[in-house]
Order: sequence, then structure tokens, then C-alpha cells
Amino acid sequence: MNATNPILLQAMSVTKLFPGVVALDAVNFSARAGEVHALMGENGAGKSTLIKVLTGFYPRDGGQILLDGKEIRPKTPAHAQQLGISTVYQEVNLIPTLTVAENIYLGREPTFFGKIRWRRLNRLAEQAMSRLNLHIDVKRDLGSYSIAIQQMVAIARAVDVKAKLLILDEPTSSLDSGEVQQLFAIMRQLKSLGLGIIFVSHFLDQIYEISDRITVLRNGKLVGEYLTRELPRVELITKMMGRELATFETGLATSVASDSDLKPPILEAKRLGKRNAIEPFDLEVRQGEVLGLAGLLGSGRTETARLLFGIDRPDKGEIQIDGERARMISPADAIARGFGFCSEDRKAQGIIPDLTVRENVILALQASKGWLRFFSRRKQTELANHYIKALNIATRDADTPIKNLSGGNQQKVLLARWLALDPRFLILDEPTRGIDVGAKADIQKLILSLCQQGKAVMFISSELEEVVRCSNRVAVLRDRRKVRELTGAEINEHNIMATIARSDA
Amino acid sequence: MTVASAAPATPKQPRRAPRSLVLLWPVLALLFILAFNLAFTPGFFHVEVKQGHLFGSLIDVLKNAAPVALTGIGMTLVIATGGVDLSVGTVMAIAGQLTVLLMESEHYHWSMPTACFAGLGVALACGIWNGILVGYVQIQPIVATLILFVSGRGIAELISNDNLTAHSVPFQYLGRGFLFGLPFQIAIVIFVLLVVGLLMRRTAAGLFIESVGNNPVAARFAGINERFIKLLVYSFSGLCAGIAGIVVASNNANADPHNTGLNVELDAILAVVIGGTSLLGGRYSLIGSIVGALIIQAMDTTILTRGVAVEWTLVVKAVVVVGVCLLQAPKFQRLFRRK
Repeated sequence: MNATNPILLQAMSVTKLFPGVVALDAVNFSARAGEVHALMGENGAGKSTLIKVLTGFYPRDGGQILLDGKEIRPKTPAHAQQLGISTVYQEVNLIPTLTVAENIYLGREPTFFGKIRWRRLNRLAEQAMSRLNLHIDVKRDLGSYSIAIQQMVAIARAVDVKAKLLILDEPTSSLDSGEVQQLFAIMRQLKSLGLGIIFVSHFLDQIYEISDRITVLRNGKLVGEYLTRELPRVELITKMMGRELATFETGLATSVASDSDLKPPILEAKRLGKRNAIEPFDLEVRQGEVLGLAGLLGSGRTETARLLFGIDRPDKGEIQIDGERARMISPADAIARGFGFCSEDRKAQGIIPDLTVRENVILALQASKGWLRFFSRRKQTELANHYIKALNIATRDADTPIKNLSGGNQQKVLLARWLALDPRFLILDEPTRGIDVGAKADIQKLILSLCQQGKAVMFISSELEEVVRCSNRVAVLRDRRKVRELTGAEINEHNIMATIARSDA
Repeated sequence: MTVASAAPATPKQPRRAPRSLVLLWPVLALLFILAFNLAFTPGFFHVEVKQGHLFGSLIDVLKNAAPVALTGIGMTLVIATGGVDLSVGTVMAIAGQLTVLLMESEHYHWSMPTACFAGLGVALACGIWNGILVGYVQIQPIVATLILFVSGRGIAELISNDNLTAHSVPFQYLGRGFLFGLPFQIAIVIFVLLVVGLLMRRTAAGLFIESVGNNPVAARFAGINERFIKLLVYSFSGLCAGIAGIVVASNNANADPHNTGLNVELDAILAVVIGGTSLLGGRYSLIGSIVGALIIQAMDTTILTRGVAVEWTLVVKAVVVVGVCLLQAPKFQRLFRRK
């Protein structure tokens, strides 16, 4: 666990270009034998691109990759695996109806004149599992075991071939804390066997528990490589988010009117929670207030919003609306109560790509009115044109398919969809991600004006500066838990980062 | 929230032809078949007037396309939601069998309208069953409708295992009668098409159906009750199949539990696909499906009148279908645009 561990894999100024984007800009990265190396970065930092280049999923556009000092050029993930680089993904890519043993040796079963040698197969599988200190019945179907065990079978399959380097891409996101410990035990075991491990996770506590070294990427560039024990959490976070602590202006949030405390809450969450999504939390949303939600990627921001909007069903606690307990089991219920939710995943959860701007704008409003009271074509066009003008949407006309618009303009159309509903509580999940500066400013202005009209807004963003500037109150989340609420003068980037960085220990 | 979402490598979606152009290829294909007949099949365009009614190959095409057109209308909406209804053929058999049985059997002797409504009611019930399985129980459409596809034939045979002759003259009018010189079946298709077209235009149902088919998650997040929409389209598809079943029984003056609606589901799906509605769901074209049904029937009639050996019928059909589908495929179209 020191710098003398031999370097196993070395990537030198690796570059990957996508149309219009430099996904990896001359990134250096090295993994050492017998070490767990964490790869950190926010959305779009280039973590997954780097992994995909290392495993041959994408060809690289520049740079060199050395494995044991020899240059390699993996063409496919299978080729990379032959070279000694194995990957286990977040979702288990195995076949639940086959036995554990069959899964481990799928495609490379020991045979004797073309016939599978079952007994040998099962014995080999048992050996493979016991090397991970796992003693389970390898003749049972994989599907009969928990996700954690399945993940470990995937690891057993990955390291069984002459693996030198194991890449774990968010392996813990569907595991509970006990299962995570099981996984860590295996990682330590593999480490002691001299394997190099690259570990990707959004959970800071886990990173600090298991990793020896951390490499931080941001916007496709290398920020730096650090020894975990020499890198304080606050520094890690500032490196990931790209802001230096020294430059923070404290007490920025002065424009905030603190009389919002007097307004009655629209919505109260009481010990609301869902297993493996977000720990139970209390939260109030008041009229005329912007409630910011801050936290790293994967900290439970979106999960919170999904519970409040009736997308996921909570398994704990309750939601009260205007002081009365409310049952919300679908987005339609939430909309009927005057809520709106602009999702972070524009493509998958927002736009209806083949439909026109006009149809996309009226969709939620029409859905809330029911299918029988249809807006006339004239009324639809009127509504769409109103928002095209009000939000500055760049489109040829209201009848252009939304998929032909740029990302920022699609986002504005989606905002228009929710504004048309005239909601009393609007949840905006990363409304400014991936859009240009001008559109960003437009959206921030819009949030403030909504607030002045007495609406409540929940504003989720990875950009702290935005959250600080727009919010009257900020709830800070860490590792799927609401850890603190900041109000008034407390709201500044320093406080938020310090809160995110604080360890529970 | 996954890492994969960070990858900017999403391929650009091919631009689909504007809506008005969706019909271009199916209509051209239909014109091509007609032109072929104009050149090589003497008498294909010959239309005779007997007792004020029109007769001829062209009229036959229009009339015989009715069952596929009717089921195709229902199928279009189902496919627009990203589903498929395999049970339309057997539902036709159930509806036809029940209607004729209720009219003709000594036990019941129902009047023609009540018997027809009963037949339609049972077809609607079949559709509701499919809709509940797909929308609320969330079984994949192909499996959910396979249940009635398999068991429906048996249900029809249970209603009556014999061919039932329909003596009722008013009943026979549905399939054999003429209105303004044209077969009454054509009027039925036009009527259903108008009603559906108006419903889709004057209510938000069309918008919701396309949204659910194009992006089910986004539709749900926008507050659309996608389960109810699915229930609606499968119910409607059942009803359309019921109408088709009654029309076929009336045309044959006979209800045949074994052969009514045999393989119609395939022709209906084909008509929808030829008509330019994607099996992936989303934008749909009712008129396109009607054109598709006409193409299929025009081919059948052409092959018959030209005396092509029956064994070749399906092969010729397949070739034409492949051709139309290729012409619509964006990848295939790009091959020519690059030049």
C-alpha cells in the first residue's frame, strides 16, 4: 500500500473524442498491483469513458495504454479480458436460471471430447468461490441468491480467468450496508492476492474505507492522483466540483427573504423513506420558497424528488399536503395536487421525441384535464407559441418535432410543459445540466419569478453556485441521507461542501 | 443516475419523414400493383353494373379488404402504444359464432340487432381482458394476447362446433348488401374509420396513445394514465375484431368456428406496418393501415385472377411486403441519398 507497489496498468495521455465533445483529454492514469484505486468525478467527468477505453469498448483516439510495461490495444471487452482486464458492472450480467457454476464457466466449460465435465466444472467453481472466502452451493440456480451474492459470482467469473486488473463499476449501488461489507472483504482478499482493482462509486464513506489511491477527473481532464489517506474529504469534493475553497465568498445568500418561515407549508414529508433509495427524512416545502437540494451524484437527490412526486412508493413515513395526509401513488396523483416534476433525464423521462413542440408543451396540462376535454388546435398553438416567446425557445415553429431541437431548447419546452400546468409546487431536477450559459440564466430567472408568484420550487443541481444563488433554504444530502438543512446566511458553498464532506464517524 | 448516462455517445436519430410523406410509399406500392394489373391482367379494371350494383375485380378488392381493414384499424392503435394484438382472428370467430348462434338456434331466436350487440359485447369483453392483462397485470402484449389467440378458437368451437348457417336476410345484408351501388362492407369500414378518426382528433386519446408508445416513462411522468390508455386500445381492438367477425359471418351466411379469421391477425399487423406505423410505437397512420389492407387484398386478388399457382401466393406476398418495408426503412433510404 505504498508507492512501491508495481504499476500494473498505465494509461498515458489517453484521448477520446465524440462528435462535438472531448470526452477524455490526454488523461494519465495508472493502477498498481495490490491496490484499490478509486476513480472519482461528477457527471460527465469521463469516468465511464475511461473505463470503456481501458476495456476495449471504445477505441481510443490518442495516447498509450501499457499493461505490465507492454502496449496493449484492446479491441473488445472479451479481448481485454484475455489480456487480463476484467470488468464487473453495476447490473449483474449473468443468467439467473443457470447454476452458479455454469455461470462462472459459461463459454469456457471444461470439456472431454466435446462433453462437459460437470463434476470438474462444479469443483472448479467451488474453488473459485472459496478463493473469495465464499462457501455456497454452486449447483443452485444463480437467481436463488441475493443480488450481493450474484455480484460476487460475477466477480468470481471475472477474476477466474488470469485476471490482473479488476474494474468494479458502481458495484455497491444496489447493495445494503451488510452486503457492502461482504463485497469489501472480497476486495481485500483479492488485493492481498496481488490484483489491481479500479473502483467506481459515488459513496464517499465507501471510497475512504476501501481505496488506497484516488484519481479525480473533471470534464474529461485529469485533476490529479492522490493517496487516499493524504486527501481530506473537503479537498476531494472541491476537486471533483472544480472550486477552490479559498475562493468561496461567504454569506452570498443575502437576497433571500427569510419571512418564508411564516408562510404555511404546502408539503411536509414525515420520516419519509425508501429502502436502498433514501433514508427516512423530514422535509417541509413552503409557499414562495425555493428549496435547494444539494449533494453529490447518487446522494439521493433524485430519489427524494421521485418519492415526493409519487413515482416511487415510499416504504416508510408519510406525506402531508396542506396539513392532511395524502396518498400519492402515481405522477397523475401528484399533478392533480398541483405538483410538477421536471426530470433530470431529459431524453428518457422528459421528451416525447417524435411529437411536436406543441404536443410536448400541452401534454401534462391535457393529461390533467382528461382525454375527453381536448384543447382545440388553435388553443394548443396559442399555448405553445406563448411559451416559445416567453422562454425564448429556438424552434422553427410549434409544429417541429421536439427531437430536432437542441438540448437547452428541449429543456425549455419541458419547463413550459410544467409551467402550463400552473403548479403550486414545482420540482426541477438538474434543469440546467448540459445547456448553454444563456439558457441557464433564463432558467434561474424563471425560478425566482415563480417564487415571487408564491409558488414553491424544489431546485436540484450539481452546481453549488446555482443552488446557493437561487435557494432560500438548502437541504444537504450525503450517501442517501438528509444530513442538514441550511437557511439564510448559512447558505454558502463552503457550508454545503463541509456538510457533504463530514464523515459520520 | 448511472455512469452510462454520462457517455455523450448517443447516436443522432434519423430524421423521419414529415407526417404527410408517411403515406407516400404505401400509396406508390398500391398504384404499382394497380398499374401492373392495368398492363397485364385483362379485365381487372372492368366494372359492370348489374341491378344498380357495381361488380368487378376492383370492387372485390375493396370489399374483401374489409375484415383486414377493420381489424387493422384497431391494431393500428394497439401498435401505436408499442403493443400488438394477436387475438383479433380468434375474437372474430367468437363474435361471428355467438351472433349467428343466438339468431339461429331454437333456444334463443334473438332478433338480429340484439344478437349482433351480444357478439360485439363479447368481442369487447375479450379486448378488455387483453387490456387488463397488458395494462394492469403488465404482461408483455405478445404473451397476453397469445392467451386468447390460442384459447379463442376453442371458445368459438365451444359456442358451437358446427358451421352455422345464417338465414336472416337483414343479417346477410351486412356482408352482402349494397349501399349506393357499393358493397355495404365498404360503408362499414368508412364508418368505423370516420368514428375513430374523429375520436382521435377531437379528444386527446390520439395524443396520449402516441405519447405512451413513443416514450412510456415520460408519458407517465407527465401524468398520463398509461394503463387506462392500454386498456382503451385493446378494448377497441377487440370491438373492431367483433365487427369484422360479424361481417365475415354475414358475407358467408355462415359461421365457421374453425376458419373464420384464420391468420387475419398476421394480415392486420402487416397492413399496419406496410401503412407506415412503426412496430416500436409512437406516430401512427389510420389511413396508412387502410392502404396497407388494400395492398394486401389487391395482391391476393391479382394472384388469384392471374391464375398463379396457390403455392406461390404467400411467396409473392412476402416479396412485395419486404419491398414496401425496405422502402420505408431509414437505413435503406440513406443508401440512395448518399449518391
